[in-house]
Order: sequence, then C-alpha cells, then structure tokens
Amino acid sequence: MWRLHSTLDARDEDGVLGKVYDSRVIRRLPKYLAWVKSDLARAVAGTLTRTVANLAMPYLVFIATDKFIKTGNLGGLSIAALAYLGAALLMWGGQYLETLYLSYAGQRILFRLRTEMFDHLHQLSLSFFDHNKVGKIMSRVQNDVDQLQTLLTQDIVMLAADVLTLIAITVIMMTMNARLALLTLTVVPVLAIVMAVWQQYARRVFIRVRQAIAVVNDNLQETISGVRVVQSLSREEVNLGQFNTVNKANLDANVEAVKLQAVMMPTVQILTDGAFVLVLIFGGFQVLAGQTTPGVLLAFLLYIQRFFAPVQELTMLYTDLQMAMASGARIFELIDVKPEIKDSPQAVEMPPLKGEVKFQHVGFAYDPGTEILHDIDLTVNPGETVAIAGRTGAGKSSLTSLIARFYEVTKGEVLIDGYNVNSVTQQSLRHQIGIVPQDPFLFSGSIEDNIKYGHLEASHEEVIEAAKAAGVHDSITLMERGYDTQVGERGGNLSAGQRQLVCLARAILANPAILILDEATSSVDTNTERIMQASLQRLSHGRTCIIIAHRLSTVTNADRIIVLEHGKIAETGSHRELMAKQGLYHHMFETLSAPTLEQYHPA
Amino acid sequence: MRIVLRLLVFTKKYWRVLLFAFICLIATTAFSLIIPRVLGQGIDTVLSSGQRHSLIIAAIIIISASILRGLTAYSNRYLTQVVSQRVSYDIRNAIYDRLQRLSFAYHDKAQTGQLMSRATVDIEAVRRFLGEGLLTLGQTVLLIGGIAYILIALDWKLALLTLAFMPAIAWRAIVVGKRLRPVWLRVQQLMGALGTTLQESLSGIRVVKAFSRQQAESQKFAADARKLYDAQTGAARLQALNMPMMAFLLSLPTALILWYGGGQVITGSLTMGGITQFILYMGMLAQPIRRLGFIVNMFSRTVSAGQRILEIIDAESLVKEKTNATKLGKLNGQVSFENVSFSYDSLGPALNDISFSVQPGQLVALLGGSGSGKSTLINLISRFYDVSSGHITVDGIDIRDVTLVSLRRNVAIAQQDVFLFSATIRDNIAYGAPEATMEQIVTAAKAAQIHDFIQSLPDSYNTWVGERGVTLSGGEKQRLVIARALLMNPSILILDDSTSSVDAETEHLIRLALDKLIQGRTTFIITHRLPIIRNADIILMLKDGHIAEMGKHEKLMARDGLYRQTYLSQLAATQDSAEKLTEAQ
Repeated sequence: MWRLHSTLDARDEDGVLGKVYDSRVIRRLPKYLAWVKSDLARAVAGTLTRTVANLAMPYLVFIATDKFIKTGNLGGLSIAALAYLGAALLMWGGQYLETLYLSYAGQRILFRLRTEMFDHLHQLSLSFFDHNKVGKIMSRVQNDVDQLQTLLTQDIVMLAADVLTLIAITVIMMTMNARLALLTLTVVPVLAIVMAVWQQYARRVFIRVRQAIAVVNDNLQETISGVRVVQSLSREEVNLGQFNTVNKANLDANVEAVKLQAVMMPTVQILTDGAFVLVLIFGGFQVLAGQTTPGVLLAFLLYIQRFFAPVQELTMLYTDLQMAMASGARIFELIDVKPEIKDSPQAVEMPPLKGEVKFQHVGFAYDPGTEILHDIDLTVNPGETVAIAGRTGAGKSSLTSLIARFYEVTKGEVLIDGYNVNSVTQQSLRHQIGIVPQDPFLFSGSIEDNIKYGHLEASHEEVIEAAKAAGVHDSITLMERGYDTQVGERGGNLSAGQRQLVCLARAILANPAILILDEATSSVDTNTERIMQASLQRLSHGRTCIIIAHRLSTVTNADRIIVLEHGKIAETGSHRELMAKQGLYHHMFETLSAPTLEQYHPA
Repeated sequence: MRIVLRLLVFTKKYWRVLLFAFICLIATTAFSLIIPRVLGQGIDTVLSSGQRHSLIIAAIIIISASILRGLTAYSNRYLTQVVSQRVSYDIRNAIYDRLQRLSFAYHDKAQTGQLMSRATVDIEAVRRFLGEGLLTLGQTVLLIGGIAYILIALDWKLALLTLAFMPAIAWRAIVVGKRLRPVWLRVQQLMGALGTTLQESLSGIRVVKAFSRQQAESQKFAADARKLYDAQTGAARLQALNMPMMAFLLSLPTALILWYGGGQVITGSLTMGGITQFILYMGMLAQPIRRLGFIVNMFSRTVSAGQRILEIIDAESLVKEKTNATKLGKLNGQVSFENVSFSYDSLGPALNDISFSVQPGQLVALLGGSGSGKSTLINLISRFYDVSSGHITVDGIDIRDVTLVSLRRNVAIAQQDVFLFSATIRDNIAYGAPEATMEQIVTAAKAAQIHDFIQSLPDSYNTWVGERGVTLSGGEKQRLVIARALLMNPSILILDDSTSSVDAETEHLIRLALDKLIQGRTTFIITHRLPIIRNADIILMLKDGHIAEMGKHEKLMARDGLYRQTYLSQLAATQDSAEKLTEAQ
C-alpha cells in the first residue's frame, strides 16, 4: 500500500528546503515547460531586450561624456541623449513582455497542474484517503503547486537574466579597461564567500522559522475545530498559556532570522561602495596618468550600480530554488501515486442490475498482513434485504465497501449479477449502487442540491418524494427557506439526525438497484426511524438492500441476518433462527432486549 | 485609513524602539546621500587639480560613510523587523484568545478555513506592511527630499527639470494601486472559493465516488481554476504595463541630464563631477521609486487584511459575563427553565416558552424528533448561547449572574460531535482537568467502559490519538468523551445522544455504568433508548421547539399524547423482535 511520507508535516528539514539541484525534480520539468513554450519564448525575448537596454545605458553615458561633451559636440550629445531615451523605451517594452508572459506562463502552469492533480486525486482509491489527511493533500495542491510554478517561470528566467547580466557587465568592463575591471572585481570573491557563509546560517534559521509557524498553525487549527469542547471544559486559560508558548517560540525563531536577514543588504552595499572607491582611486590615478578617460570612470560607476542588484537577487533565488525543489518533490510524489483501483482495459459497461451480490472466498486487508475479512462466502439474492450485525470492528463496513469496489479484495472475488466487480467500469457499477455512509457528509449548497447530488436531472417533485421517503420532508418545510436552506461544512443548523436523513434521501433519489445503509440512521430518533422503516420496506421492493445497524428494530425487519465476528461470518439466518441458536447473535441482543421485555410484559 | 490607524495602535507599546529605528533611518539616508556627492567631487578633483591625496581623502570619506550607513541600516532594519514580529505575535495571541471565547453562535457560522487564513495570511500581510512597507515609505520620502535638496543646491534649473517627473511617477503609482485593488480582492475571493471546492471534494470523497461524480467535480474545479486564471492574468496585464512604465519615467530625467547637463558642461556652467552626481543620484532613486508601486499595492492588501483581522478582534461574544459576575461554588444540581425562548438569529424560534424544574440528582430524558430542539436546550444550560427571553437558574441563581468558568466547571457535556485533540489518550481524558491524577483518570475510563480497550493498546494511556494518532472507532471515541466528562465530576452531567454509534453490547455496558454515574448528580440525557427513558424522573417531550409533554413515564402513558405514540411505536418496533425473542426462549 502506498503512503505519502511525513514530509508533508514541514517538520523535517528536507521537507522545508530541498537540494538546490534535485535531479528527480529537474527531470520532470521539461514536460511542464513544454506547456508554455511560446509564452516562455516571448518572456525570454523580453528579458534579453531588457538586459541589453539596461547594459547599453551606461555605455551611452560613456560615449556622451568622452566623445561629445569633451569635444563640445552638441549635435552628437543630442543623438546620444536620444539613444539613451531609445534604450529606456526598449527596456520598457522588454520588461512589459517579460512580466506579461511570465505571468501567463505561470498561471497556465498553475491551472494545468492544479486540475491535473485534482483529477488524479479523484482517481485514487479510498485507501489513499484513509492514510492521508485532507489538509496535507490540500497544501500540496495549493502551496506546493504555487511554489513550483514560481520555479518554472520566474526563477528560471531570473536566474538566466542575472547570470547573463553579470557576464555581460564583466565582459564590457574588461574591454573598456581590463586592469581597472580586474581591480574592481576583486570584491566579487569576497562577496561570494560572505554569501556562502550566510547561506549556511540562513538555511538553519529558515527551517526553524518554518517549523515554528507550522506548530503555531496546528495549535490554532485544533482549537478552532475543538472550540466547543474547549468552552465546555473551560480550558481557555490553559490553552492560551500553551498557545503563548508556541507563539513565543515562533517569535524567537523569527527574531533570530531577522538578525541574519538585516545583515544582507548593508553588506552588499558596503561592498558596492568598496568597488566605487577602488574605481575612484585607481581609475582616478589612471586618468591623472592619462591612461584612461573620465567617461570610462563614469561608466564603471554605473556598471557597478547594476552589478550588485543581480548578485543580491541570486542569493534570494538560492533559497527559492531549495523551496521549489522540495515542493516539486512533493508534487511528483503525489502524481506518482498509482490508483490502486483502475478500470481494466477490457472493462465492460455493467448492464442494468437485477441485484444479486455474491462473495466468493473473499479475503481483505487494508494493510498487507493484517487481514480484516477472512474467507467470506455469501450470496444476496436480487430483491433481498440483508442485515449485517456484529461488534464494532468486526468488518461490517469493510464488507459493504467491497461491493462498490472502493477497495480491492485481497483474495477471492466479488460478483454482482455474475460480473466480477473488477471486470466492469467503476462508473457503471457505482451508478447502480446507492450508499448512505456512516458519516453524513453534505456539500455546501442548498438542501435540494444535496439531495440531487447523484441525480442532477431530478425534478423538484422527485426531490420532495425522496425527502418524504427518507422522513425528512416535514422538518425541511418547517425551515424558513425550505429546500433552499443553505448547508455546508458542519451541515449548518441541521441536527445530526437531519443530516443523516438528507443523505438517505440523496441515495433514494439516485434509485439504485442495490442500496447499502451503513448505520445510516444512528442519530435519528425512533419516531422518524419508524417512518423511514416503513418507506424503506416499500423501497426495498425490487431492490437489494444491505443494512448495517446496531438497533435491534432495524435488524429484525431483514429477510436474513449475517453476523460477523472477527472478519468471519459467524452466523446467518432469520432473527428467529438466530435467537433459537442461542449463539453470538442471541448473546449480543439478549442483554439489550431483556429490560425492554420486562417493561413490556408487566404493562 | 481608519483601519491602518487601528493597526498602528498595536505598535504603540514599542514606540521607543520605533523612534530609535527612525533616527537610524535618517542617519542611513544622510550617509547614502554623501557618497555620490564625494564621488562627484572626487572626479572633479581628478579632472582639475590632479592631487592624489585629495582622491585618497575622498575614498576614506566614502568608506567611512559606507560603514556608518551599513551600521545604521542594519539597526533600523533589525529594529523595525523585530517590532513587526512582536506585533504579529501580539495580534496572534489576541485572535487566539478572542476565538476561543466567542460563543457557539459565532462558530456556527464561521468556517475553519476562513478563520485560519485570517490568522495566518492576513497577519503576515499586516506584518510585512509594518516591517517593510512603512520602512520603505519613510526611506523613499526621505531620499526623495534629500536628493531634491542636493540637486537644487547643485544646479537648480537642471534639478527642477528632472524633479518635475516625480509627481507624475507618484501619481501613476497611486492610480495603478487603486486599479489593482479590486482585482486583488477578486483574486483573493476566487482563491478562497477554489480552496473550498478542493476541501469539500476531498473530505466528501466517499460520497463523490459512491455517486460517480468525479467528472462533475473535476469540471467544477476546472471552472473555478479557470476563473482564477482569468483574474490573475488580468492583474498581470495591469502590472506588466505599469511597473516598467515607472522605470521608464525615471530614465527620462537621466536622458535630460545627459542632454541638457552635457550642454552645460560644454559651455562650462556645470562640471563633469556635477553631471556624475546627477546621474548617480537618479540611479539611487530608481529602487525606492520602483518600490512605490509595491507599497501602494501592499497598502491596499494591508487594509483588507487588517479589516478581516479586526473583524475577529472586534467580534463581541454574544455570551458576555457581567462585570459583577460572582463565582459559583459546587452546585447541588437544581436546574430551572422559566419561560425560556431562543432562536438562532435568522431561523425561526428554535425553542419557545420552555419551563420546567429539575431537583438535584434527578434524571431528565429529552425526547423529540430530529430538529425539535433537544441539543439546543442542553446547550443553553452551559450558556453556550444566551436565551432570547426568560431565565435559566441553577440552584436558584440566574446563570447570567455567575462567571462562565465557574458555571461550566459544574456542568459537563459529552457532545454529539465527538472531538479528540492530537494528544495522548490520557491527555484527552484529562482535557478539562489537567491536574487529575492517574488513578482518577483510570476510574473515569473504567466508568465509561473504555479502560479495557485502552489497556489493550500497545502504549496504553500514552497512545497518541487525533490527527496524527491511531484511528478509533466511533464507539471508542464516544466512550473517551464520556470519560472526559466524568472526570470533571460535575454536578450536572449532560449526555447528548452519545451512545448512538456504539454496538449493542457496548451500549449495554455503558448503560450499566450510567446507573452508577448518575448517582448524586443531575443528569440530562438525549436518547431514544426506552429503558433509560422509562427510568427517568422527568421526561421532556419536545416538538418543534416547545414542550409537548412533560412528566414521568406512567403519567405520560396514561395520557393519549405524543409520548405515548412515540413510546408505543418504538415498542412496536421492538415488540416484533421481542416476541420472537420470547418465542425463541
């Protein structure tokens, strides 16, 4: 079984910052770059134009001073000034192209990566979601994709532009005055060493900052989710104390980081000024000695101004690259997860079902080695209502999950109307099976939208009919906005029982040939359950029903009861037969029913 | 603006540090301005006198100014960043405290994701503005002022010519910022919507798969992502045109300097060093001017972020303690409702004119259909919501006259929505009583019938549960929650349908335990289990938010009302099986 690793936690160091060059990530990038080839080509053209224009400006100043001002050539000076203006216009145009097409490329990659991941996630089987929390997966689709996009567009182009600028400036300075250039550039190795040392510290501090804020956010999230418990147990003071501790740790980590960050700019500036001074002294000496001209001096000063900006950018890029690599690794890890359950190439469409469900020697395990179901042999006839009883953890939900092929059996086979579930398309199979899960999940939208979820074309009348059958129509009409009442994350103001009933109505409306109720009515009051039982009896005509329930009343109505114990079928038969057997079933319900009996008989 | 001022109030505590940072900023700017001037003079020296030692002096001045600038720049950066970090620390604590004290009414409507984004993204936006935005703004203003002064002193005509472009650049920056604001707002909203779609689809993956809705979900997500793409590229078009335009507007004066200033050098009214200074100063302006656009942007982000943060901080809890609230001691457990009505604002009344009285030690069973107001009623006892009219008293004291903590110490609830924290089982049971001893915890666990299960786990009571821990079944979670409530040793115990997903056998065990648990305390229980209901001292039969019937089982059975119907129908459901049961025996 495939699991994502704990790198999601942002608690281990590699999860926060990757290597600057991660071949596993780099290898995959061309595919995504190919998506935005033309955008990137235009952006690069823009970058080149911008860089050339930027570098031409000091040179024009040099020509203006040395060739025209010195000789008093006003006409030439005007041309140089116009040329400077032209360069500025070029720079505008170049920058425009660069900004626009980099954004286009970036957004396009974001869009495609996001939808690709979303689609991929929906291909994955449930076991993946059993092992990976939604919040962690979300952060990959949102934050990591964003990070990788930055790498693919801005970072790569900026990196190229910066390196190009540095080389070009060096070449120009060397050709203008090699000795002066070499002297000036002596500050570069110093800068490089400072940067390298700085990076080492920064990496450590940066990781600490990320970890600290992750802890703060986890803490906050948990308190918000559990706020009802917090208040009912009056934990506010204790919690505030704990939060303050992690918040303070985060502050300390950040202050530590600030110390380092604040060093960067002034250092680069001092080195820039150092380069200025070198030009002034040695260039000045050379001018005095007649070896060079004042125009060269001026051009050098301007080139130095332009030299250190990219150097600074490169330092920042270094961290960005590390982050992007870590994000890339996480994204590809997710994309590489193979769906455990796939339609086989020869899968056929499941024809309309009669509703026969057959388990043949089925064994099943969520994790290899720990089998949950052993050698299950069971046939449910079309139209039959079967109840599954058993203790918590006996394997009841697992058994029903196999019918819709949410999980793959590890042994044996599940046949529906004689078709092995893995020989038909999942879509055609699940379309004919209605499941009401244990945990009533509602999507944000109106109640009507939720009931229609599995059958979008349904008319309002059909929705009402389904709601009536589920016994929830009356309470919906009592609400101010009736079927238009908005529900969401926690089901709005619907009670737990009402939520379960809406889910039931949803399954009823889908009109499946096989209906599976997994403790679908545990939070419903007895009166409503009675109404529902009656409609279920009606509904069960002509369809196969499989019901998991703890309530005796629900179970006894079934045509047949299957009792599971430790993943095996322990007993099977009608209520009467099972009670007569005095076995496990009898034992389970004897304790529960005895008081009821006592109360019933004296009355 | 009002919002930014409110945010600045958070920095008040640190005004001394900020003042010092500002002084450092002025010093930094002054030293920055010296350098081009000395460079320009140096060049004039080279061209005119040719004295080597004056060059060396210029170099020494530059290096000293540079080092001093480095030191002051470090100080002001460091100090403003630290203040911004401290402020975000303060805001985070304030939000946390506010959130955990806001009543249920607030949390019923709030979405976790929304609150989280305010406490993370929005705080960071405000912090960046305080840490970088204000600093850059100050720096830009000082720098422009300083450079203007020097240039005017140098050659006022040339200076005015070049500085004339500044208002145009500033105006442009503001216009663009204003135009971008609604675009960013839309981007933010669309991102939120996209996140919600993603979260829902993943949380409800079972439903999505069960109804084969993958394709529809993908289409919905792609449509949302498409909208976001359009909004983002719209913003990009605005930025792409305008950001470089500012750089262009800034190169115009440089071209002018070159042309006009160059001419002046030829005629001799300006020196070579003078023109160098002009060009270098213009170069110095480039960075801060370019950032002006960012600041305008940042400013509008800060206003919207600040607004969202202040919304939380300003949110008034609907449940407030009186200033003269008294502390409640250990209660006997008498509870009275007098003409209590309650409504969740927009919806109709959830409870209507409820009156009843419970004596210490009595067992109260609440019955009623889904949505009849059972959970609402018990939430009022702990004062999670305030009544709209009427009174609730405990031991004769109105619950609005006592402190919330002292009230809730006396009332423990095992809630319907089971929530466990990421912590050990032991910590979860002791959540409301962190000082409880191990013996007390074990006793509570035994009473809730969960002790044996806990012992069967490899790490026993130290097993980690919650988000990163082992997964427990619904029944196991519910029993843990019951243990948690019991450990509080409350005078009033409330069990909200907390045995619904427990299997028959476990339920039976819990019920046996309950007989002991309810000894000596007032117990409210929401349940559909007849045996418990039969034994109750008071049965409250709720219907559409009012008490339809009230009394003991025998009394209610004698009347042909809703209770009798409900009871008989439930009995009929079990009767069938009961008969079968007797037959079988």
